[in-house]
Amino acid sequence: MPERRRKWKILLLHMIILPTLFFGIYFFSLAPKSWEGVDEAVVEKIAKEHGREARAPLIDPGSGDLLLFGFLLAGAVGGFVAGYYWRQLTRKD
Amino acid sequence: MLKTLSLSIFMVLGATPAFAMHISEGILPFSWALVWYLAVVPFVALGVKRLNAMAREDLSLKPLVGLLAAVVFIISCMPIPVPTAGTCSHPCGTGVAAILVGPLISVLIAAVSLLIQALFLAHGGLSTLGANTLSMGVIGSLAGWLAFRGARRLGAGLAVSGFIAGVLADWGTYAATSLILSLGIRGETPLLPLFGKVVLAFMPTQLPLGILEGVLTAGMVRLLYRKRPDLLVKMRVITEKELPSNA
Repeated sequence: MPERRRKWKILLLHMIILPTLFFGIYFFSLAPKSWEGVDEAVVEKIAKEHGREARAPLIDPGSGDLLLFGFLLAGAVGGFVAGYYWRQLTRKD
Repeated sequence: MLKTLSLSIFMVLGATPAFAMHISEGILPFSWALVWYLAVVPFVALGVKRLNAMAREDLSLKPLVGLLAAVVFIISCMPIPVPTAGTCSHPCGTGVAAILVGPLISVLIAAVSLLIQALFLAHGGLSTLGANTLSMGVIGSLAGWLAFRGARRLGAGLAVSGFIAGVLADWGTYAATSLILSLGIRGETPLLPLFGKVVLAFMPTQLPLGILEGVLTAGMVRLLYRKRPDLLVKMRVITEKELPSNA
């Protein structure tokens, strides 16, 4: 039981530290403006200077936020489950 | 388990801003897009052949390749802010994939990841898929694999070799992206000054991010050595003599 309580304490600590760290980096960074993707800030900017512009994708998911979030969430859950049951997944019958 | 959960929470929190990654749809003219498609086709075909040959020997390789594909997919679309540059970018993940399953299967993994990103996440594009696969898949995987094997031959440890492989896979990818972009957009502009300009523009973000990718790669290889050294033997990353039980 003390081991279980210790695990819960560590888990709770992580749940506090990680968001704090994330938002700390996000809000108090040295960045002069909002985070731009490097390929937007570099690739598309230089391409535009030379007369080439990005086109809308074939399947346009809007900003991509929701789908990316969904993919990451599904990936995290899937990876967690696969890792937890890894030995059963790769067991030879 | 806790580490996995912590990483999952951090990744989910980090998913709020999504930005375009890789070379976007429509940036390259058709002729250059076609050239890069033709250049990567042999590598992808060899990757499929290699995967089938390895799976014939050991079928359990396929779920491992599937998991690595998920890792590369997530790593290569995960925006990481670089505070000193004010921008965000992504690591590639092809360094660690090449170390574990070889450069050819790593090209295949990168091609599949980039295709899904282009289709559903508007990251990269279908017309630029060949160019992005060449830079991240072919150059990233080969740079990472050669660096890892070279460092091991010179007697470096797993972690140091993994670090060098991760750094060079990342920097190699963006050097190739710079060249591909310069060739595609230059028109009458001389190539070398434009190439230098693109490389310089990438540097503030990719120099620290490459080092981060090196740390991630070294950490993953080291973690596998501690937890599942048998997998590293199976993938011919280490020999049986180097197993922790024999060390």
